[in-house]
Amino acid sequence: MEYINLAIKAIFVENILLAYFLGMCSYLAVSKKVPTAIGLGLAVIFVLTITSPVNWFIYEYFLKPGAMHWTGNAKLAAMDLSFLKLISFIAVIAAMVQIVEMFIEKVSDTLYNQLGIFLPLITVNCSILGGALFLVEREYDLAESVVFGSASGIGWFLAIVSMAAIRQKLRYSNIPDGLRGLGITMLVTGLIAMAFMAFSGISL
Amino acid sequence: MADATETGEPLFSAKNRKTFKDPFMVNNPITLQVLGICSALAVTAQLKPSLVMGIAVVFVVAGANITISVMRKFIPGRVRIIVEMTVVATLVILVDQVLRAYAFEVSKQLSLFVGLIITNCIVLGRLEAFAMGNKVWPSFLDGLGNGLSYAAVIAIVGFFRELMGSGQVLGFKVVPQALYDNLGYTNNGLMVLAPGAFIILGLLIWVQRTVSGHLED
Repeated sequence: MEYINLAIKAIFVENILLAYFLGMCSYLAVSKKVPTAIGLGLAVIFVLTITSPVNWFIYEYFLKPGAMHWTGNAKLAAMDLSFLKLISFIAVIAAMVQIVEMFIEKVSDTLYNQLGIFLPLITVNCSILGGALFLVEREYDLAESVVFGSASGIGWFLAIVSMAAIRQKLRYSNIPDGLRGLGITMLVTGLIAMAFMAFSGISL
Repeated sequence: MADATETGEPLFSAKNRKTFKDPFMVNNPITLQVLGICSALAVTAQLKPSLVMGIAVVFVVAGANITISVMRKFIPGRVRIIVEMTVVATLVILVDQVLRAYAFEVSKQLSLFVGLIITNCIVLGRLEAFAMGNKVWPSFLDGLGNGLSYAAVIAIVGFFRELMGSGQVLGFKVVPQALYDNLGYTNNGLMVLAPGAFIILGLLIWVQRTVSGHLED
C-alpha cells in the first residue's frame, strides 16, 4: 500500500517533469511526434528503473558517511565520500546506458531500432540524475527506490506522450508567429502542469 | 598550434566580439536553442537563487570550455562525451562545495539543481559545438557569452516570478501595503509554483522571438 502511494505520488502529484522540471530538454526536443515520444518515454522508464537501485546501492555501501563499515576497516568506515556522489552517479548512468544499449542490440533488433537513437540522449537527460539525487535526499530504501525510479519514469512517459499528441494537433492551428514552436509548447506545458496540480492531496 | 596572437588576430576582433555577443539575442541558448530549460524553470521562483545559479553556470560553462579547448587535440573522438562529462562534473563539484561553505542558505534552496548543471545541455552543447573545434580564447568568450545570456534570461524569469508571486524583489517588499489593504490586491500564488514558471518562460520566448524575428514552423 505504501508503495502504491509512493508510485501515485511520483507519477501524478510530484511528476518529475511537471513539478520538478527534470528532463525538459529532451521533452521539448522529442515531443513533436507521438511514436518517437513513446520510444523515448519507454527508454527513460527502462533506464530509470535500472539506474535507481544501482545508484542507491553505490551511495549506501560506498559513499554515505560511515557507509564502508562492512569492510571492517576503521579508517575506511570513518570516511565520508558523499561529495563524490555527483561524479559517481553520472558515471554509473553513462555506463548503464551503454550496457543497456549493447544488451538491447543483442536481444532484439526491433526494440533496438526503436530505442537505439534515444539511448545516448538519456545520459544527459536530467530526470535520470535528478531521480538518483532525490533518492539520496529523501533517504529511500532499496524497494522504495525501485518503485520511485520506475514511477518517475512512467510519469515522464505520460507527460511527453500527452504533449506530443497535443503538438500534433497544434500544427494545424493558427498561432502568432513568435509563439510558434517553443513558445506555445511552454504555455501548453504550463496548462498541463496546472491540470496535474489537481492531483495534489491524493493519498491512499 | 597557431595561437591567436601569432596569427596577428586582435583579442577583441570583430569575429571574437560576435562570438561573445551572439548568444544574447541572435542565438540565445534558452529561448532559441532550447538548451538548459530544466534549471531555468526550477530555480527561478525567487530572484536570489536565480542569480546564484546564473553565476554558477557562467563559471562552469566558461571553465569547461577552456579546459576542453586546451585538451581538444588529445581527446579521442570515441570517448569524448565521457571526458567532457568528467571535466564538467569536477567543475560542478567545486561550485557545489564553495556554495555549501559560503552560501549555505542558497545552496539549500538550489538543492539538487546545482548538481544538475552537469546535465545542463548548455554546457555539453557548447563543448560539443564550439570548444572541441576552436582555440582557447574564442572558446572562453563563447562560454562567457552563453553563460551570461543564460544568467540574464533566468534573472528576468526570477524577477517576474518573485514580483508577481510574493510581491517582493530580492526579499524586499516592493508592492505597497496599501495596495493589499485598499484595493484587495493579492499575490498570484500560481507564479511560485511550477505552472507559473512554464507560462512566464513561454511569454518571454514569445517576446524574445518577436523582437529577434526568429520564426519556427
